[in-house]
Amino acid sequence: MTTTPPRSPRTLATRIRPRTWLIVGIIVAWLLAWRLLDGLWTLSLQSAEVTPLHLWLNEVNVWVSNNRDSNPVFVYLFDGIRGAVGALAGVFIALFVKTDVGLQLPEIGWLGVVALVTWVAAAVGNLRVALLTAVGFTAFGVLGLFGDAMWTFALTLTAVIISCLIGIPIGIWAGLSRRAEAVVTPVLDFMQTLPSFVYLAPLALLFLIGPPSAVIATVIYAAPPIIRLTAHGIRAGPATIGEAVDSLGANRRQRLWTTLLPLARNSIVVGLNQTVMAALSMVTIAALIAAPGLGQRVVQALQSLNVGNAFVAGLAIVVMAIVLDRVTTAASRRAEISARHSTDARRRRRVVALGAGLLVVVGAVYASRTFLWAARFPDGLSIGPWLSSVVGGATAWVQGALSILTANLKDGITIAIINPFQALLTGSPFFVVAAVILAIALIVGGVRATVVSALCLALVIAVGLWEDAMVTLGATLIATVVTMAIGIVVGVVMGRSSRVDQWLRPVLDAAQTMPAFVYLIPFLGLFGPSRFTAIVAAVIYASPVVIKIVAEGIGAVSAEAVEAAESTGASGWQTITKVQLPLAAASITLATNQGLIYVLSMVVVGGLVGGGALGYDVVAGFSQSSLFGKGLAAGVAIVLLGIMLDRITKSATQRRVTRLPGTRRARTSTAPIPAAH
Amino acid sequence: MRATAPSRTQLGAPPATGGAPLDFEVSNLWKVFGADSARIASDESMRSHSAADILASTGCVTAVRDLSFSVARGEVFVVMGLSGSGKSTLVRCLTRLIEPTAGAISLDGHDVMALNPKELRELRRRKVSMVFQHFGLLPFRSVLDNVAFGLEIRGIGPAERYATAREVIELVGLHGYEARFPDQLSGGMQQRVGLARALAADPDVLLFDEPFSALDPLIRRDMQAEVIRLHRDMGKTMVFITHDLNEALKLGDRILIMRNGELVQIGTGDELVGAPADEYVADFVSDVARSHVLTLKWVVTDVPHDLPSGASTLPANTIISDAIPAVLGSSSPVLVVDGDTVIGVVDRDAILREVAGVPHIC
Ligand SMILES: Nc1ncnc2c1ncn2[C@@H]1O[C@H](COP(=O)(O)OP(=O)(O)O)[C@@H](O)[C@H]1O
Ligand SMILES: [Mg+2]
Repeated sequence: MTTTPPRSPRTLATRIRPRTWLIVGIIVAWLLAWRLLDGLWTLSLQSAEVTPLHLWLNEVNVWVSNNRDSNPVFVYLFDGIRGAVGALAGVFIALFVKTDVGLQLPEIGWLGVVALVTWVAAAVGNLRVALLTAVGFTAFGVLGLFGDAMWTFALTLTAVIISCLIGIPIGIWAGLSRRAEAVVTPVLDFMQTLPSFVYLAPLALLFLIGPPSAVIATVIYAAPPIIRLTAHGIRAGPATIGEAVDSLGANRRQRLWTTLLPLARNSIVVGLNQTVMAALSMVTIAALIAAPGLGQRVVQALQSLNVGNAFVAGLAIVVMAIVLDRVTTAASRRAEISARHSTDARRRRRVVALGAGLLVVVGAVYASRTFLWAARFPDGLSIGPWLSSVVGGATAWVQGALSILTANLKDGITIAIINPFQALLTGSPFFVVAAVILAIALIVGGVRATVVSALCLALVIAVGLWEDAMVTLGATLIATVVTMAIGIVVGVVMGRSSRVDQWLRPVLDAAQTMPAFVYLIPFLGLFGPSRFTAIVAAVIYASPVVIKIVAEGIGAVSAEAVEAAESTGASGWQTITKVQLPLAAASITLATNQGLIYVLSMVVVGGLVGGGALGYDVVAGFSQSSLFGKGLAAGVAIVLLGIMLDRITKSATQRRVTRLPGTRRARTSTAPIPAAH
Repeated sequence: MRATAPSRTQLGAPPATGGAPLDFEVSNLWKVFGADSARIASDESMRSHSAADILASTGCVTAVRDLSFSVARGEVFVVMGLSGSGKSTLVRCLTRLIEPTAGAISLDGHDVMALNPKELRELRRRKVSMVFQHFGLLPFRSVLDNVAFGLEIRGIGPAERYATAREVIELVGLHGYEARFPDQLSGGMQQRVGLARALAADPDVLLFDEPFSALDPLIRRDMQAEVIRLHRDMGKTMVFITHDLNEALKLGDRILIMRNGELVQIGTGDELVGAPADEYVADFVSDVARSHVLTLKWVVTDVPHDLPSGASTLPANTIISDAIPAVLGSSSPVLVVDGDTVIGVVDRDAILREVAGVPHIC
């Protein structure tokens, strides 16, 4: 963090102007160079082509699969972890999905499952979320996806439990020790810039494909929020309380258990909510490394372009996300009010009610083990196939009837913007593009960001995927520009009007809890598979977080500054452009940072719907062993792009302001951390 | 409660220092905040520099500077000073909640600085309890659990600790509020909980860091009366921090005035008002109603030779305002006696001058 004082709007404006001209000059020079040197030194590589490095990685893959049974590192370490994770997952799989014997029904049948989860929701939350849970889990059956939904649920649950077992102790440690925090924070920052896609290939190499490695990938992706929020909760305990507890002669252990952890409880439960949502998102994406469940259904449907099936599976994911989010949110409210405010009588009534509920659960389990209709969800009640064909029909109709609109929009933008920009990036000599990127990095980010960027670009070239990386970068930049435009417009409106804020915020919150996969489906339905589809999905996926950060920045502009402007007779437009936007500049830069990371993550997933480039390389790497090495290299290239974009925009943010109120780098949500009291 | 605690008849009387056991004895205490703090305290040449110089040359804040004082058993010892003068730091140094940079502290003859962490915890658990300005209550525990918390830390079982906690809650007047949570109580009641928590351990010494500064004036007066009552009943040694002179005069047997971490004056209330050590103290006490603080010994004049025999007498430690009826009702000056010796006389003029607030000309 630098310690430059916040600049006044005036000096900011005078500072920006020469910089803007410089950037314009660089771009003009780039266009000239492109015209002169088009097609030379482009480092292009066809989609089926591979480099020696990719071949070598293929050999590593082969070597691993040949030697994993004899190599002690694999036998004891990786297979050991795999076995342990698999054993825990196995418990929930048997309970919720299927046993290996007999009819392959879940241990407690579908009715037992619904009864059990409903009871748990009532116990940790309240009756309303219990009802929601009952409806939601029954809906999985009605959609004809009970088994798949239970796979997703069981894997998510396993990953969340492991995330907590690992994450809470690490969070406590990071909260107690400054030195631990200094180690943990950069690691978490780095992990959160990684798009979910890139974890998969290396993990599949080490842990094979299937449920255990899906769970491990999910743990890596989902643990950061609970670590962060546990550490935050521990650290945020008021110093006055800590001192009072010390004055009573508490030792470190007593201080932790009697004071710090109870004070951190709220924050930990908020972290749990974020971890659960991240886990669900990742479990669905882990379908690419053969994790069964709803994600698998989506992938299959996307690959066969069956929008109807994709929609039904996507709907089930949305239902799952809503249920999990509502239940964990209700649990955090309950943690807040917990034992207090409730009288003994009310508490006793609650215990009795929960006890009675438990009897119902036992009854439901008994029924499930006795009657087939309660064990396996009756097929007759399923509307899945019907819904799928309705949606499929509707999609076909929309694509036909609206084709004038959708096809023209898609083609227009593709021809007018996407293609030329891509041609500029991929057609210019690589050293010209690299020089342009580094020059811009130097202007907006500073020397350190430029050095990091140079290193990243060099490594992208080294892994042999320059051209694909440029296509992905192009799509990412276009989507980010659009996202920022939407984000600033909506964010300003939201930041200026509390009514709009009230109305829009729940929508944005809900949108942020949706797993990435879900976003692809409607746009696949509208636009078919194309780069454009991936870009649109990325824009929609990244917009909520950008809007929220911008709105927060606008809202944080002091009312006094706005009043002062209005008292001098500034119009609304002048107030926005001359006061609020300049004062919120740091927020906007931060929003750009987050927007880029979200967009990159989604553009890559868009490889599944014709987004091409690095995302496609990753997906192809999973399905064809001859492209395994290339897929792995594409993952590395994505990470490198992520690091580069993150470094540049982050140092731009840090140059703008020392500290922003209430912003933090969480990926799954930017819900404010409740102040511990 | 401790049997050896002397019972005192009148609050504000000077403590029996001669030969009475001491609780705290502090000598040459330093606390310097900052990276170089250890060097400054050990470096003789640095010790002579002013706090501002030390700050400018090393970036270290000198919060407590070469303080020495002692607190007698059963005494209410008040530390007073403006905000930022180092009072909180000083009181935390006494149980090493803040580690002193240099100096010696002994409690009841034991060297506090030599204690290892475990012994230090024992001291905090049994001998010295503290009451804080911002209460420091645990928000997720009921009043009962907050009061019993210190005993829980000590490892005392639930039955015994709740029984003790209930007694103490009764003592501070919170009976009936056991099941409430801190945020359901007013500030004054929360501080009663803080007080009860400190008392529950039955410590020898109570430390108060501006306990009533966050409270409304009326509630503050109640709480001050409460502390006076508790002191009368239990006779515990108290070290009381405040920035309010009236509070200091009301509660303190002796008062230590601090400025920028340094000791300015130490003495009883009437010593401070009657003979301020410097402008700073004089300024501090200038608003005080002198006739309510000073005793007759501060206004006596020499016995005139024409004093009629049979003049009435008053003890030297009578507060001036208490002497008004006797002096005004007497036709001649009144003799002031300290024990059996006559130390002088007071007449109507002397009394009226003090009541009117005209400074005494020495
Ligand atoms: N932890 C600390 N680090 C640095 N300086 C401190 C710290 N605590 C207190 N100080 C400084 O020490 C001085 C005395 O503070 P304090 O003891 O709180 O004063 P008081 O209680 O009389 O208001 C102040 O200048 C304060 O800024
Ligand atoms: Mg203080």
